[in-house]
Amino acid sequence: MDELFRYIGEFHWQQLIMWAIGGILIYLAIKKDMEPTLLLPIGFGAILVNFPFSGAVTQLINGSLEEGALSVLYDAGISNELFPLILFIGIGAMIDFGPLLSNPKLMIFGAAAQFGIFFTLCTASMFFDLNDAASIAVIGAADGPTSIVVAQKLNSSYLGAIMVAAYSYMALVPIIQPPVIRLLTTKKERMIRMPYKPKEVSQTTRILFPIVITIISGMVAPASVSLVGFLMFGNLIRECGVLNSLSETAQKTLANLVTIFLGITIASKMQAEDFLKKETLIILGLGLVAFIFDTAGGVIFAKVLNLFLKEKINPMIGAAGISAFPMSGRVVHKMGLKEDNQNFLLMQSIGVNVSGQIASVIAGGLILNFFFGK
Amino acid sequence: MNPKAFFDNLYYMGMGMLGVFLVIGVIIVVTFLLNWMTKPKKNRK
Repeated sequence: MDELFRYIGEFHWQQLIMWAIGGILIYLAIKKDMEPTLLLPIGFGAILVNFPFSGAVTQLINGSLEEGALSVLYDAGISNELFPLILFIGIGAMIDFGPLLSNPKLMIFGAAAQFGIFFTLCTASMFFDLNDAASIAVIGAADGPTSIVVAQKLNSSYLGAIMVAAYSYMALVPIIQPPVIRLLTTKKERMIRMPYKPKEVSQTTRILFPIVITIISGMVAPASVSLVGFLMFGNLIRECGVLNSLSETAQKTLANLVTIFLGITIASKMQAEDFLKKETLIILGLGLVAFIFDTAGGVIFAKVLNLFLKEKINPMIGAAGISAFPMSGRVVHKMGLKEDNQNFLLMQSIGVNVSGQIASVIAGGLILNFFFGK
Repeated sequence: MNPKAFFDNLYYMGMGMLGVFLVIGVIIVVTFLLNWMTKPKKNRK
């Protein structure tokens, strides 16, 4: 009988809390449809790794090191940044830069909405050492792969908490952004119409764009050239016109496969002893700060621009500069329609949203420039 | 908690935002150029 129940005595209440957290993530994924492709594997993984002597993670048992599948996957795909980078090929293949190329000025809002990252860097530095603070700040990139790569390169001890915060807040964009936008804009501003004037974009431009972005970003932040490069490689596959089958595979099969492994592997960093710390709560709070100040940065920048522009822009589109794609663009579009049912901001906000994707990767690269190897 | 660290690291905030705006600025200019160069010649102004 003792043989049957010998592990139950090793069970800790902290592991029960982690099961509850895993359960909440699974609930949010299924019932609330919040980033289900990631929150569900992370949630299930959180349960999987929180057993006494769980065989899913590498553990020292009776003096010998027993390798666990999730730890092996972690070493194979996350500690060397392979999974997030491969996922970026899929994301790049999904993104249509058309609305942005048709109106390149929109990109400036993508830059402004990275303010939350740098504000959070300063805030987080009050609680953590600089490398951890920088890794936490990149939650504001609203972009999981960038957060993973930066946290990994900067050797942060809080990867699990950073990942959970990054993906949870991305899913919460429709809840976080509207109150911030409403607080910073008047009804009159939210009703400003921006007629969409599409311009023809040649295929040559669409092909050259990802190559040029890679070159420019690589010159400025070589440490992160793989991030931009993989994203743009995916986009080049999409736009070149001769690799449609590869583009489709990258968008669907490849992205789905990597997402499955990425989510459940991240959970290997959610063992109770690593996760249940007061630092995790602080990181969750700082992640929220990053998203709020990203949104505020974009909106306030648009309002400042309006002081000088003859043809006013709707300041809400500044909020779409956060790279949570396409949620943020849709949030702005819906808010525009709510104020005026003829105010269609979708194309502009999606254009700003994809520029946020580029700008967030650049911001992540700059963070690496500042702190990597120091 | 070390509130002084916030002010000590404002330098990174300034440099970071400047860096993002500069790189995006260059990308905007290059994109305008790409659009202009790849337009049919009769449409160029």
